[in-house]
Parts: sequence; C-alpha cells; structure tokens
Amino acid sequence: MAAEATAHHSNAKKIWKVFFILSAITIVEVALGIFKPESLHHVHIFGLSLLNYIFIVLTIWKAYYIMWSFMHLEQEKTAFRWTVAGVLSFLCVYLITLVLIEGNYVYEVFQHAQYKWIF
Amino acid sequence: MGATVTTEATEVRGDARGPLNVSYGKMMMWYFILSDSLTFCGFLVGYGFTRYKFMDTWPIADEVFNHFPFLHGVDAPMYYVALMTFILIFSSVTMVLAVDAGHQMKRKKVATYMFLTILGGLVFIGSQAWEWKNFINGSYGAVETTGGSILQFVGEDGKQIALADFAVVDPNKKDATLTRANATWFVNGPSKSTYSLAEVQAGFDANPTIRIRTQKTTDAKHKEILSREASVERLKDAVLVVEGANLIRNEYGHKTFADFFFFITGFHGFHVCTGILINIIIFFNVLLGTYDRRGSYEMVEKGGLYWHFVDLVWVFVFTFFYLV
Repeated sequence: MAAEATAHHSNAKKIWKVFFILSAITIVEVALGIFKPESLHHVHIFGLSLLNYIFIVLTIWKAYYIMWSFMHLEQEKTAFRWTVAGVLSFLCVYLITLVLIEGNYVYEVFQHAQYKWIF
Repeated sequence: MGATVTTEATEVRGDARGPLNVSYGKMMMWYFILSDSLTFCGFLVGYGFTRYKFMDTWPIADEVFNHFPFLHGVDAPMYYVALMTFILIFSSVTMVLAVDAGHQMKRKKVATYMFLTILGGLVFIGSQAWEWKNFINGSYGAVETTGGSILQFVGEDGKQIALADFAVVDPNKKDATLTRANATWFVNGPSKSTYSLAEVQAGFDANPTIRIRTQKTTDAKHKEILSREASVERLKDAVLVVEGANLIRNEYGHKTFADFFFFITGFHGFHVCTGILINIIIFFNVLLGTYDRRGSYEMVEKGGLYWHFVDLVWVFVFTFFYLV
C-alpha cells in the first residue's frame, strides 16, 4: 500500500541528485587514477596501496547508490534487501579473501620456493 | 482506480505479492542478478588471483588504454573509459526516469526515456568496440623472447616507441605470406608481422639511443628500463615480433592480461547487447500500448533492474581493470 501511495509522485529530482553524486565520485576516481599522488600510491597496508583502498571504497559507495536508489532496493522490505545484498556481499568477500590469499601464496612460491616446477 | 486495475492484472498474470512484498517477476529478476553478479565476481576474482600471482610483471593499465578519438598519438590515460562510464551511468539515469514515468502511467515520457536509454547503450557498445579495436591492433609493437617475456622499446626520453619508428625495412625481404592466392591455403603458418625480427634488430643496432623496457615493475611502480648494454644482451633472446593482442600473446606484457580483458569486457559487452535487445522489445511494447492495457508498467521496471545491473558491473570492471 505504501508503495502505491509513493508511486504517483515523481522522483526525478532525487534521480538527478544521485546522478550528480555518481558523476562526482567517478571524476574523483579518474583524477586520482591519472595523477596517482605519491603519498597514496606508495603507502601500503597489507600489500595494497592506500590509493587502491580509496578506489575500492568509492566503488562500493557507487554500487550502493545504484542498488539502493536506481534499483529501488531502498523501497523493498528489509528481509528482501538482505536476501540480495547480504548474500552477495558475504559470498563475494569470502571468495575474494580466499582466492587473493592463494594468489599471494603462489607468488611467494614463484619467488622463493624450491619446488616451482610443481606449479 | 489504479489499485483495481492492478488487482485485475495480478489475477491474470499471477503477480500475487509474496511474503517479501515483491512481485514474483521482480523477485526472480533480482535473484537472477544475484547469480549473475557472482559469475562476474568469479571473473574479477580470477583476474585478481592471476594478478597477485604475477604481481611484479603485470601490465600497468593506464599505459595500455591511453587512446582517445581524434587525439592520435596523444597519451590520454583512462579519459575514454571515464567517458564510457559516464555514458553508461547516464543511460541508467534515463532508464530510472522511464521507470519513474511508468509509475505515473505517462506512456510518451516512458517511450522517450526508453529511446534515450537504448541510444546510450548503443553508444557504449560502440565505444567498447573501438576500445577493443585499439587493443587488438596495438600501438607500439614488441618482441617476445624464448622464455615468453615481452620486450618493449623506449627512446632516449624513456617513452615507449613503435617498431615503425625505428625498424629498418629490408627492400629485398621475401614476403612469404601464406595466402589463398599463393595456393598455400592448406598450410597453417603463424600470422606474419609487419616487421620481421631481423628488421627490428637492424633498426635497434642503427639507433644507439634505443633501450629495452622489460615487464618487471620497479619499486617506483614503473616498468624497468635496461641500460643500452643490457638491452643489446637481452635482445639476443628475441624470437618473435608481437603486434597488438590476441588470446595467445599480446604486446602489452603478460599473456593472460589480454585473455582477461577479452573475457571480462566481452562478457559485460554481451550483457549490454542483451540489455539493449530487452530495452528495444520493451520500447516497442510501450509504443504499442501493451503496458497501458495491462494497467502496469512493471515490465519497464524489470528491464530497468537488468539495465542497472549492467551499469553496476561496469562500475566494478572500471575499478578493477582500469584503476587499481
């Protein structure tokens, strides 16, 4: 019923606001990607540069706006939101963690181990 | 009035709202998107794995993708992908405006916005084709060693130079191209490069300022440039001239880099194509008044979900392929 009530007035203003935010984030990303400030690009935390952390945070921020605003996840029931966004985040984070640790391990093997030929 | 029409439509189409208060069609579109996202996640994580595995020899993306239309030879890192990102985000905006107009049952407005969305999608896919063309043709050319490493050439200022800039063309070179005209269609030989290895070698010998850039990334996050002596020594290992990129080798560096580029942007491009197709079908249905008769523009919403998903994936591809 609530959805029906909101359905008839236009959300155009909010849509343009989200577009403006997404564009601004993209411009910041591209500017950082082109200039690559020394202080961010060459400082590493857990083998990943600070610049890359910024890129990842900005990307997730953009994804949040696309899913919540453009795909109207905001207006769905909380339980439904969790079945999509919750499941997706959990599985992706799980996969990324395991596989990147493995990739790093293989790199170490190539660098230092005696038994490279197994790979 | 609106509510009555919706009830009628739900009876006909079986759109009864379930426990999560989402119509069946929208819920299934969401779960399809969920599973498709995991496929893309798998691709990108596979890219991440390979990149970690070859951490210090992986190509630097903004040295690879530095073309811009009508700016030939100008180093324009990432401007073009940024533009493509804007085009896709903008087509997402027109899509969501179409959905919004659909809620208000404004048929003409929906049609206009759907048309703009389709247009945006076509411009994007055209841009991607152009990006692929540049990537496949290559811009500088390189040589490959017996060990499979790629050696690129830099001039005096440490900037990469093309084979065409220095190779000494041998006028007596025998063009042994295997073509149908030479009645050699039954022989499967390697494709021939514009310059032979001997011509590249001759050009290298004639220009003492040319040095070799290897795949190795230094601590300063640039590719290592050898001294002239080391370059001469290293070039002795060369066995093959590589121009552009394909699934077997590429001039940009690591072999799997091109494979991942083709697969990830290709799979995304395939999604864009199907998205355009779905949007065109919906567009014509809007024009024919199908959704007016049905009393609900929910189909525009479902198509919209898919189209936003395509945009969502691109946001991640853009970050992990071009920025990180």
